[in-house]
Amino acid sequence: MSLLDFARGPALEYAFAIFLFGILWRIASLFLLPRAKDRSVPRPGAPAAAVSAARGFVRHMWLRPPYGQSTVFALVNGYIFHVGLAIIVFGFGPHILFINGLTGLSWPNLPSGVISVVSVVTLAALAAALVRRLTSPVLRLLSGFNDYMSWLVTTAPVLTGLLAVSHLGAKYETLLAVHILSIAVFLIWFPFGKLFHAFLVFVTRSQTGAFYGRRGVQI
Amino acid sequence: MNAPVNVDAARNVFFKQVEEPLVAYLEACLHCGQCADACHFHEASGDPRHTPAYKLFPIAKAYRSQKSPLSWLGLAPRITEKDLSEWEELLFDTCTMCGRCTTVCPMGIDIASIVGKARQAFVAAGLGPEDLLAAADFSRDHGSPLGLDPGKLEDRIEWLADENEIDIPLDKDKAEVLLTVSSIEMMKYPVSISAMAKIMNHAGVDYTFSTKGYEATNFGYLAGKADVAKIMVTRIAEAAEAVGAKTVVIPECGHAYGVLRWGGANILGKRMPFEVLHITEYMAKLKREGRLKLKPHNGSITYHDPCQISRRGGATEDARYLLDGFATDFREMTPTGNQNWCCGGGGGVQAIGRAAELRHQVFKIKIDQVEKTGAAALVSSCANCRLTMDESKAALGWKGGLESIVEIIADHLVEDGATAKAD
Repeated sequence: MSLLDFARGPALEYAFAIFLFGILWRIASLFLLPRAKDRSVPRPGAPAAAVSAARGFVRHMWLRPPYGQSTVFALVNGYIFHVGLAIIVFGFGPHILFINGLTGLSWPNLPSGVISVVSVVTLAALAAALVRRLTSPVLRLLSGFNDYMSWLVTTAPVLTGLLAVSHLGAKYETLLAVHILSIAVFLIWFPFGKLFHAFLVFVTRSQTGAFYGRRGVQI
Repeated sequence: MNAPVNVDAARNVFFKQVEEPLVAYLEACLHCGQCADACHFHEASGDPRHTPAYKLFPIAKAYRSQKSPLSWLGLAPRITEKDLSEWEELLFDTCTMCGRCTTVCPMGIDIASIVGKARQAFVAAGLGPEDLLAAADFSRDHGSPLGLDPGKLEDRIEWLADENEIDIPLDKDKAEVLLTVSSIEMMKYPVSISAMAKIMNHAGVDYTFSTKGYEATNFGYLAGKADVAKIMVTRIAEAAEAVGAKTVVIPECGHAYGVLRWGGANILGKRMPFEVLHITEYMAKLKREGRLKLKPHNGSITYHDPCQISRRGGATEDARYLLDGFATDFREMTPTGNQNWCCGGGGGVQAIGRAAELRHQVFKIKIDQVEKTGAAALVSSCANCRLTMDESKAALGWKGGLESIVEIIADHLVEDGATAKAD
């Protein structure tokens, strides 16, 4: 079995299995925990909890004044690499073919040139995020293995994908195998590291929205 | 404290608090550091350890070591005595539970709530600032953190009634409204109490104070002593029920409002048969009902939003509504409302002597805000904020004026005689 066969076959299959099992396990572990009922009387005129939760989710998508430049930079940079990753994953032709093979779903792809530019911009934003984490005294204090590992497993597929498409550094088959293996590592790490925030963001923003909405506050 | 730190006790309290919202918050933190920019302690000191997210590390560590779905791997380190000792100051001295960090958090993590829970674990371990803990114990044993026992309350009310030549009802059998006090006001700003009484009398409100339940501040909550917090809430709830009050009015105190209005029913485990309103909400209600006749206030003023009343309480607009058409030269500071900076003394920090120097540094943010408005006076609706600002003002030699919204309103009542006395 070649490295590419291994990457496309058992590596990716096991990674997907671990990804799905991990996600379900984390979700079940969270929602099976107790949750105290809030007995306080809502402020008169307060919206329903579901409405406040939805508002809370939307409100935390952007900052209100008066926060400083570094905060805005981190926010904009975060949006750049999140949107960039989404464009790469869902806009690149071979990715759409792969998803089609798994799910039967398909949609038009973006030109390869666009994907390449987006990949470079995404890599630059991820690099900027790392530089900020390594140079800011606050971020250095907060950061641990989970933070750096999550950065690594997110950046590696973008970098290896770009190298594979550009045929840089090794044979195409080898580069593709390394790219797929990097995705396998990403999938395995996803449920157990902080990448799981992709799911938790819906939970935490919503519960905070509901908490404050009950009090008649929109923050 | 010299007693050994009881790590197991802290761990047990942490574990008892493991609920879905808390775990979601702990797991969701991205360590992005955005909250540092929103925290007045970090803004004032520049110390990375004052970053709000960092203050969650002990409780997150305790959870991950034993309760997280991955704890069976045994890879997460356990919480230690060193952790607890190191974070004690961060949890108590450098967090006012003001909630400003939540406004900037991309995950919307409510750090203030977690700090409140974490404090309980530290206290169980035998940690916590002695003066804050003593204030809680004093409240339990004597009715108030500043020695305002029922006898003293009676004396002070009688003195205020005589001094101001007004009626201040105490221990009426029945009343529509139970009015409570903050002992900070009663002992340091007693004019604020007589001002509340003047406003109630002016509007013809059927109200009373009660020696059975009067202290609105809840140092049990602030000090992480859940048992004392419950005692304090129970006293007011029982007093309100005894007089058949439909409304309990909290005086100028932010956390007192937050604890009773939003936490009271949860602390008691049942809904309370009365509404809880902060004095600004109650005065706004009187104004809406046309029961508050005011002469215009002509000095230039700006308003400090107490965090537990505005950002975490939802009464941000009530103060503005009161000032609208009354204060002829009202100037909003920047930022204001739900984004306003904390005074630096909320969450019990005011009672922690060793935190005074840092509080004074934090107050420089407020001075800067006020001076940019050019207003002559800074008005607040929280005696704890007022005390914090008064002390910092003296320490820093600031010349700006500090006022209470209740007092300026009481000073501008249009008395026609008919409504000057209580029922």
